[in-house]
Amino acid sequence: MAVAKPLPHDAARLHVTGQARYVDDIPSPRDTLHLAFGLSTVAHADITALDLDAVRQSDGVVAVLTADDLPFDNDVSPSAHDEPLLANGSVHHIGQPVFLVVATSHRAARVAARKGQISYAERPALLTLEDALAADSRFEDGPRIYTKGDADSAITSAAHVVEDTFDLGGQEHFYLEGQAAMAQPQEDGGMLVNSSTQHPTEIQHKVAEAIGLPMHAVRVETRRMGGGFGGKESQGNALAVACAIAARATGRTCKMRYDRDDDMTITGKRHAFRISYRAGFDAEGRIQGVEFTHLVDCGWAQDLSLPVADRAMLHSDNAYLIPAIRIESHRLKTNRQSATAYRGFGGPQGMVGIERVMDHAAHKLGLDPVELRQRNYYAPMQSATAPAGAPHDSFVPAPDAAGDLASRGAPAAPADVTTPAADVQTTPYHMPVEDFILHELTAELLDTSDYATRKADIATWNAGNDRFKRGIAFSPVKFGISFTLTHLNQAGALVHVYQDGSVHLNHGGTEMGQGLFQKVAQVAASRFGISLEKVKITATDTAKVPNTSATAASSGSDLNGMAVKAACDTIRDRMAAYLAERYQQPVSAVRFEGDRVIIGSEELSFEAAAMECYTGRISLSSTGYYKTPKLEWDRIQGKGRPFFYFAYGAAITEVVVDRLTGENRILRADVLHDAGASLNPALDIGQVEGAYVQGAGWLTTEELVWDQTGNLRTHAPSTYKIPACSDRPDVFNVALWNGENREDSIYRSKAVGEPPFMLGISAWLALSDAVGAYGGSYPALNAPATSEEIWRAVRRIAPEA
Amino acid sequence: MTITFRLNGEEVSLKDVSPTATLLDWLREDRGLTGTKEGCNEGDCGACTVMVTDAKGAKPLNACILFLPQLHGKSIRTVEGAAGPDGQLHPVQEAMITHHGSQCGFCTPGFIMSMVTAHKNGASDHDDQLAGNLCRCTGYAPIIRAAEAASAAPVPDWIRSEDAANLPATDGDAASLRPGSADALAAAYAARPEATLIAGATDVGLWVTKQLRDLGDVIFLDSCDDLKDITEQPDGSLRIGAMVDMNRLRSTLAARHPSYGEMLRRFASQQVRAAATIGGNIANGSPIGDNPPALIALGATLELRKGDSRRSLPIEEFFIDYGKQDRQPGEFVEAITLPARPAEQGDGLRVYKLSKRFDQDISAVLGAFNLTVEDGQITAARIAFGGMSGVPKRASHVEAALIGQPMSSATLATARGEFARDFTPMSDMRASADYRLEAAANMLARYFDDLGQTQTPTHVLEVK
Repeated sequence: MAVAKPLPHDAARLHVTGQARYVDDIPSPRDTLHLAFGLSTVAHADITALDLDAVRQSDGVVAVLTADDLPFDNDVSPSAHDEPLLANGSVHHIGQPVFLVVATSHRAARVAARKGQISYAERPALLTLEDALAADSRFEDGPRIYTKGDADSAITSAAHVVEDTFDLGGQEHFYLEGQAAMAQPQEDGGMLVNSSTQHPTEIQHKVAEAIGLPMHAVRVETRRMGGGFGGKESQGNALAVACAIAARATGRTCKMRYDRDDDMTITGKRHAFRISYRAGFDAEGRIQGVEFTHLVDCGWAQDLSLPVADRAMLHSDNAYLIPAIRIESHRLKTNRQSATAYRGFGGPQGMVGIERVMDHAAHKLGLDPVELRQRNYYAPMQSATAPAGAPHDSFVPAPDAAGDLASRGAPAAPADVTTPAADVQTTPYHMPVEDFILHELTAELLDTSDYATRKADIATWNAGNDRFKRGIAFSPVKFGISFTLTHLNQAGALVHVYQDGSVHLNHGGTEMGQGLFQKVAQVAASRFGISLEKVKITATDTAKVPNTSATAASSGSDLNGMAVKAACDTIRDRMAAYLAERYQQPVSAVRFEGDRVIIGSEELSFEAAAMECYTGRISLSSTGYYKTPKLEWDRIQGKGRPFFYFAYGAAITEVVVDRLTGENRILRADVLHDAGASLNPALDIGQVEGAYVQGAGWLTTEELVWDQTGNLRTHAPSTYKIPACSDRPDVFNVALWNGENREDSIYRSKAVGEPPFMLGISAWLALSDAVGAYGGSYPALNAPATSEEIWRAVRRIAPEA
Repeated sequence: MTITFRLNGEEVSLKDVSPTATLLDWLREDRGLTGTKEGCNEGDCGACTVMVTDAKGAKPLNACILFLPQLHGKSIRTVEGAAGPDGQLHPVQEAMITHHGSQCGFCTPGFIMSMVTAHKNGASDHDDQLAGNLCRCTGYAPIIRAAEAASAAPVPDWIRSEDAANLPATDGDAASLRPGSADALAAAYAARPEATLIAGATDVGLWVTKQLRDLGDVIFLDSCDDLKDITEQPDGSLRIGAMVDMNRLRSTLAARHPSYGEMLRRFASQQVRAAATIGGNIANGSPIGDNPPALIALGATLELRKGDSRRSLPIEEFFIDYGKQDRQPGEFVEAITLPARPAEQGDGLRVYKLSKRFDQDISAVLGAFNLTVEDGQITAARIAFGGMSGVPKRASHVEAALIGQPMSSATLATARGEFARDFTPMSDMRASADYRLEAAANMLARYFDDLGQTQTPTHVLEVK
């Protein structure tokens, strides 16, 4: 069976030979036009005049468009209609598109775009969280607050209290392929769009609105992205819409790709947070209560900030049973890039909050940080598998806003939620935790990583070293799997079996490198009992599968794998019924395996079976559909079951620090991660390794710096430092936990895209441990813990060192 | 002029191309070879890496900041030419598939070409060979596993044949665009002093791709073979031609000044070091170029030439102010001379590079220290910094506080206090002013430990 095999990425051969086509590689007509945006150079202003004569006269320019020239909606927001494609009288961050240049080459468009003369009447810019909070500049009418129990009195009466405030920086996605789109006008006014997007349906929706046509007139195709990480969930809208508008206006194919500096200046990043906490612990280190305040830098437009900030709240417990908790989340509007989805979608920020609390408490109580964490874990799961449970089928009225309902930024329908029994352990949002495996997983990791011995060795080594200190730290992950906007937890697929037994596979998920297409093809091959070569993977296409959700929230293989399974099973059942009757056997005697169909004592090749079914006039094509069961969630109250299940993992990282300069590096990392019964262990290991390094990068070298005018100064790889080859841990042991999903997921696997990103938190905690070795007080690191931040922390706690 | 090169085994001659057209744009837009990717368009991500072979061998280069005239007479392999003529995969391609070295695949062609080149050159320092290739998906571990797995495989014929003996014949250089000697360059530049000189194009390339400048008249220096000489003089000094690239400089200096060599290991990336020249790194006068402080600490002499007239000056005098060097119109850097190393004592030069990321990052602070210590007394001091001022600059007050003093903690403490007199660094995206100032002083402390061998190791990179 193809499922569970460690097969390479489906396009690996195309990747290594340079044959894999990305949007900008697709051949286009000779007269294709190229687009570039003219950008705002101030953070907040009214536009008083727009002189574009020099732009129009620049070589190769075919057209220049401003907001006034747009034929229909001037909006590329995935949520609140607050993000014009082109600035509409005012600008709200440096880098906001103001006008659109259409030219005969990419360079001609870029050159012309810099020639615009924009006059501004500047307005005060909100460039810090303090400024935004003071100005009450926010999304939603006030802070969102989730509570369970009485946190304040639990903390007040606790034996030990820790409290602090720290900054947690954002993160640039740095997908290697920048944003790109191409639009080709069709004979009837429709539009064919190729987009590097995680969300073809949203591109379709926004393009349709922008050119005043129904969605059926717009077809969006996405074969692959050169990386996404959340940065292509909504940030590709502007390029696709611009291409479609220009293609409509000129009748010619239009292409647009952002130069890297433009990409980083225009598009959103991970949300930066300031987190304040106050937590009470008993003498044994058991948490009694905690209060968090999240100040969230959402940037200038709403985009997906509300669900991002929600998810941060939903991960403020991480792996710990917290009797009383209060989380207050302020979604602040500032004059920076509009922060957007990024792997983990707020979860990492929430999780860093509680891991910081645990780290601080262990320091204060003088307890081993691992032991303190284990004492606070949720109780282990009771039974191996859950009852299947019917899909949640109650009537759900559609939300009333006429926005893009396929976006995570869409409003939620009101929900009725079930209250769990009093004796059930629940999260801060009152969801039962039934699948907790971190006790066993942690024990195994501590053992395989030789944690106790190494910790003792490090203490000895540190005692003999004044300048360098080593540190070691453990962090667990419990990450909720499902879109918190419940209605997005659905997926479709389209499967054809041709008369020669070859299979054409299509589904709503997009391929951004994670190996989704291969995993889903493995599912299809397994359902038909055929070899993988018989399954043709095809580009995501809104004309084949409609109304898809973004490939996001780690949901790709869970949702699309199930939809494909449903489609395959429908066809298989039809084939089985026909062949059983034809060969006078019970249906139960028909099996699909080893590239053959076995019908009792008869046996056919799958090709022959397909041919027989075709001539027998059996439909060999089917859609498939899936919706995740058991979900019910009220985001305003913060109550319900937003997640189908949790994915788990844990990491132990060892680092070394130099107090003279704060220079530091990762010496070793050990990771054990839960992918359930893995659909493809090789691809899953790849996700875990890559996510760890990306997560560690977020918290160490990846620093976003804006100057006092709001100008992003780290807008290229020369200034923004993602991990390079030698930054991966010297020793890097990554393994998958051997277990099955308790819930009835596709082959009992678990989602793996986002959860391992948070394993990188252990690197930040290890740096804290190392810095702590220089002196007595708690290091209180901010993030990212750059060399400079490490140096500052050492100076704070050991000024004489 | 006609530009002739070999591309994936096939000879190509181009007429009437813009001299600042990049190889990347030409490959993708004119040639339809879209395997080579644009990731950053500034030479920092490696997605556009190609293998270029000239008389000195094969090297990986970033096609995004490589102008077509720089390829005249050379041989290029892009990812489309990594596999054999019959489609047989190169061993590194096979290994990248087997070891799951690609995920999104966008960086992969660049990795493949860096790996093909390293494999051809027998290099096994994979982290250094691949420091200029960024991957956002894999975390690099599977790529390194692939590089290791492929290392023992023989170099395939179609890659082996890319060598100096197999370069395309050309009808020579147009002396105005590509002068073939220092003399020819001197004549051309004296006649057209407004022209932009292009050596490795690792900086000038960005004027074109990022600043979108039209450079106008340009002169390419890479055929000036006599500017690529490294000569040990009878007095033991070392004369290094301006067109010596960073990789050659690194291998030359590794034994003579190991700490300088280690700094050059971390200088930019393999692709950039293969293109960037010592002359370019000096002449552009960047306050954060990594060579000038080290050269100042060594007491190097800069040789400038204009037409037939030459002059020499201590290199620190070349840097007058931010953006201003002691270079006349039509004058160019011809060579740099490192003084002989005193034979009786060990190399006192230490170069400390402080950057947010270890590899391929511009320094926040680069400190270069060179003390002469006789009988425990400091008798001479040359200390210089990059990143601390508008120019690469000597720490003259610090030096004065050291000379004549013993190598002691008291001396160190006194000297530390002098840094604020020498430098008023700025805060920017790489580091804050106070961090720069104290890190610089702390580098002196590291140097004392290093020279006194009181601390082993001296750098976190040495901690295993």
